[in-house]
Amino acid sequence: MSAYRITGETGEWEVIVGLEVHAQIVSQSKLFSGASAEYGGEPNTHVSLVDAGFPGMLPVLNRECVAQAVRTGLGLRAQINLFSRFDRKNYFYADLPTGYQISQFEHPIVGKGTVEIELSDGEIRHIGVTRMHMEQDAGKSIHDQDPTRSFIDLNRAGVALMEIVSEPDIRSPEEAGAYLRKLRQILRYLGTCDGNMEEGSMRADVNVSVRREGEEGYRTRCEIKNVNSVRFVMQAIEVEAQRQVDIWESGGEIDQETRLFDHVKSETRSLRTKEDAHDYRYFPEPDLLPLVIEQSWVDELKAALPELPEDKRARLEKEYGVSRYESGVLTAEQSVADFYETVARGADARLATNWILGDFFAALNRTGRSIEDSPVSAEALRELLSLISDSTINGKIAKEVFEDMVETGEKPSVIVDRKGLRQVTDTGAIEAAISDILAANADKVEEYRSGKDKLFGFFVGQTMKAMKGKANPAMVNELLKKLLAS
Amino acid sequence: MMSSIFDHTLASAREALRSRKISAVELVDAHIDAIERLDGGLNSFITRTPEQARLAAKEADALLAKGEGGSLCGLPIGIKDLFATEGVRTTAASKILGNFVPPYESTVTANLKREGAISLGKLNLDEFAMGSTNLTSAFGGVENPWKLRDSDAKLVPGGSSGGSAAAVAAGLVLGATGTDTGGSIRQPAAFCGITGIKPTYGRCSRFGTIAFASSLDQAGPMARTLQDCAILLESMAGFDPKDSTSVNRPVPHYEAALGRGVKGLKVGIPKEYRIDGLPAEIEAIWQQGINWLKEAGAEVVDISLPHTKYGLPAYYIAALAEASSNLARYDGVRFGERVSGASLDALYEATRAAGFGDEVKRRILLGTYVLSSGYYDAYYLRAQKVRTLLQRDFLKAYETVDVILAPTAPSGAFAWDEKPTDPVQVYLNDVFTVPASMAGVPALSVPAGLDGRGVPLGLQLIGRFFDEETLLAAGSVLERAASFTHRPTIHAGVSA
Repeated sequence: MSAYRITGETGEWEVIVGLEVHAQIVSQSKLFSGASAEYGGEPNTHVSLVDAGFPGMLPVLNRECVAQAVRTGLGLRAQINLFSRFDRKNYFYADLPTGYQISQFEHPIVGKGTVEIELSDGEIRHIGVTRMHMEQDAGKSIHDQDPTRSFIDLNRAGVALMEIVSEPDIRSPEEAGAYLRKLRQILRYLGTCDGNMEEGSMRADVNVSVRREGEEGYRTRCEIKNVNSVRFVMQAIEVEAQRQVDIWESGGEIDQETRLFDHVKSETRSLRTKEDAHDYRYFPEPDLLPLVIEQSWVDELKAALPELPEDKRARLEKEYGVSRYESGVLTAEQSVADFYETVARGADARLATNWILGDFFAALNRTGRSIEDSPVSAEALRELLSLISDSTINGKIAKEVFEDMVETGEKPSVIVDRKGLRQVTDTGAIEAAISDILAANADKVEEYRSGKDKLFGFFVGQTMKAMKGKANPAMVNELLKKLLAS
Repeated sequence: MMSSIFDHTLASAREALRSRKISAVELVDAHIDAIERLDGGLNSFITRTPEQARLAAKEADALLAKGEGGSLCGLPIGIKDLFATEGVRTTAASKILGNFVPPYESTVTANLKREGAISLGKLNLDEFAMGSTNLTSAFGGVENPWKLRDSDAKLVPGGSSGGSAAAVAAGLVLGATGTDTGGSIRQPAAFCGITGIKPTYGRCSRFGTIAFASSLDQAGPMARTLQDCAILLESMAGFDPKDSTSVNRPVPHYEAALGRGVKGLKVGIPKEYRIDGLPAEIEAIWQQGINWLKEAGAEVVDISLPHTKYGLPAYYIAALAEASSNLARYDGVRFGERVSGASLDALYEATRAAGFGDEVKRRILLGTYVLSSGYYDAYYLRAQKVRTLLQRDFLKAYETVDVILAPTAPSGAFAWDEKPTDPVQVYLNDVFTVPASMAGVPALSVPAGLDGRGVPLGLQLIGRFFDEETLLAAGSVLERAASFTHRPTIHAGVSA
């Protein structure tokens, strides 16, 4: 594809983007305490004394969170560091109970990796992952409930996060979007993060700088904090890059600063400048020993990893003969792929693909349901397809049965029996119907026989109508040909 | 002289209780009474809990009557007010926690209570355990029960476990918990003529103990004899899944190690501890200790701990860096005292300005500074390197010796008004105790004699990682040889 460029007054500009994605680890309890990590709940109900930073409380590392981080690292095809360490990141804020966040600064658990992204024109790009570390989330400050006071909810305080830092390899809003969606897809496949951006379980800090086409090195970047949707990330990059181009072109300088994206006004605003930047005074967390894990444990986790999107895609193409485009749609979510395979395994794969991408998705859209609460189960759909394959019903009747399934949730065989839709394969019955039609349309029979072949379709239609659509289409064709010829 | 209930050690009181020569109620009442008589002056308690203690004593007697009860059943002790005690105010001697009542119990105190020990209350200390004089407490300084021969001046008990040391020395409790970060058990033990052990880092859980410097803080026992310390330590120590830095290895029967003797034991004398200006009296008591050990059959060897002189500055960097972070949670938002402000920053500033004393503020500032961007490498990182070197010094020494003998402090107790105005001069009190803390190895202090002014001097033994038993064996030899039977001027058994 043609590279993404911002055209300024003085020439073309390239955009350089790096993303720091904070992804909440799926776990029962928090990173360093036994409190529930579940989203929601009445304020301050999922809080232990450790989370609230009471005197003398100590963090104890949650083994499952470490396993999740390792799984994620493996999913990003990244280096797993058998030695890692926690550090304290010190700053004061009302929703940070201890006055420091426990994070991994110098020695993260995951090192370099890559994420493969596919752009709309099919181009494949590899975005480097610099590192990934574990850290704890802060609580939530609520400022809009009272004119003079703020409220603090510590339910989120201490929940485990992974921070996945990309290399500055991203060159356009589209790539940023593709990277985020791919990352989200991988994490969801792994079951290590639910990727729910509305609930804040995935959010991104976006580092943006620009440079003239062909220029070497990087110019000063700005960091846009806490962007919480793929669309906003893409928009933020666009407007921030444009802002920077405008400043450079008017002879100005970009200051390294932290900015916020306002999606209503579609602009970024300065949050704090470099001078106001926190001095986090990182130092090794003395309450925790360095984290040392065994290669054998990593190997165990690796062996138990689910199939990743890229592998699944390749396999679906090979096993079920789906196209590259179709495999992309079918593997976007693991639940879709699972649904597909349940239907397609042992059925006519082509039929299954067409039905799922066609009528089935249309029905989900129409009913506003997700695949998880689909009105038609994979087993029911498979049964429907087998009714087509074994000629119990024909394709047209199948659509009618399917709509009934969406409506009632009944099994296709039950609907077919209830409505008496079983396909008629009785030669005698079909022949009788055809004879009646031919007798009633003697003129058309004459015309057909004198060469007007197109009328064949008319006879088929009339026969199917007479049989209430239930006649086996192949048999109708065959018998019509025979009787018209006689 | 008629024997008094205050002549009991923890060990002898344990026997008297078990043989029903005395009752727990009797024992506890006598000590509560002594506290009422004497502690108005000594100020060793911040919070007294006589009602709870009397109830516990009744329960203890019921158990003892049935021949039941844990190893400390019915024995009155004091708890340094740095250990969280469920339902009992826990202040760290700071205004900022002046009314803090924790809904939880520290592991160390829970262990002691599980064995039946009865707490008479919470003992005074330097604010957040920061100090060597016990004069930085927001609840007033503690008076050392000892007096100079020729003066009635108030003496400091040392610190930070000054309340613990004073209460034990004055006979107000049979034993107490202390914590030691750079000498906070050993130095006050020496100043008050009692015994104290700083166990190996990781031996006792830190859960529920208010943190000063997490990588150095270690709880330990303080009592009038080593046997008493051994009994207490056996209950206090042990692995705790709630403290990731506590160590999972069995707790020995420490009492059994007391009689092992030192025959064939190699004792190291570190030449670097002969610092410039070391008072002759300290030098003399050290030599006395060497002689006692030799006479008991130990082999004395000169050794070198070459990085000793960097110990003190490195300690004050490492400890204060951690302290600056550990004390960030006292912000007035969730617990403790709050002074309101127009903004969040104003609330922080007002709360912390009013809540912390000068020494704590000084240490937070220093700790913040040494971690600051641009200074981290020069201070914190170098201090960590020194720490590694100090540890290596000890490991190397332990290739040739089993235990190291040194003075506990460079002087005996001094008067409240003799406290140097230069904080660095005060920090020098820790010069002999800090290296073992930085290395994480165990150490103890036993009283060895009186100085020319009539106050006690202590000798320090430093051991191998988790080898508290050899320390106890050697310490016991010193204890017997010194036969330190002097009593302080202010003592429960004297002024009655």
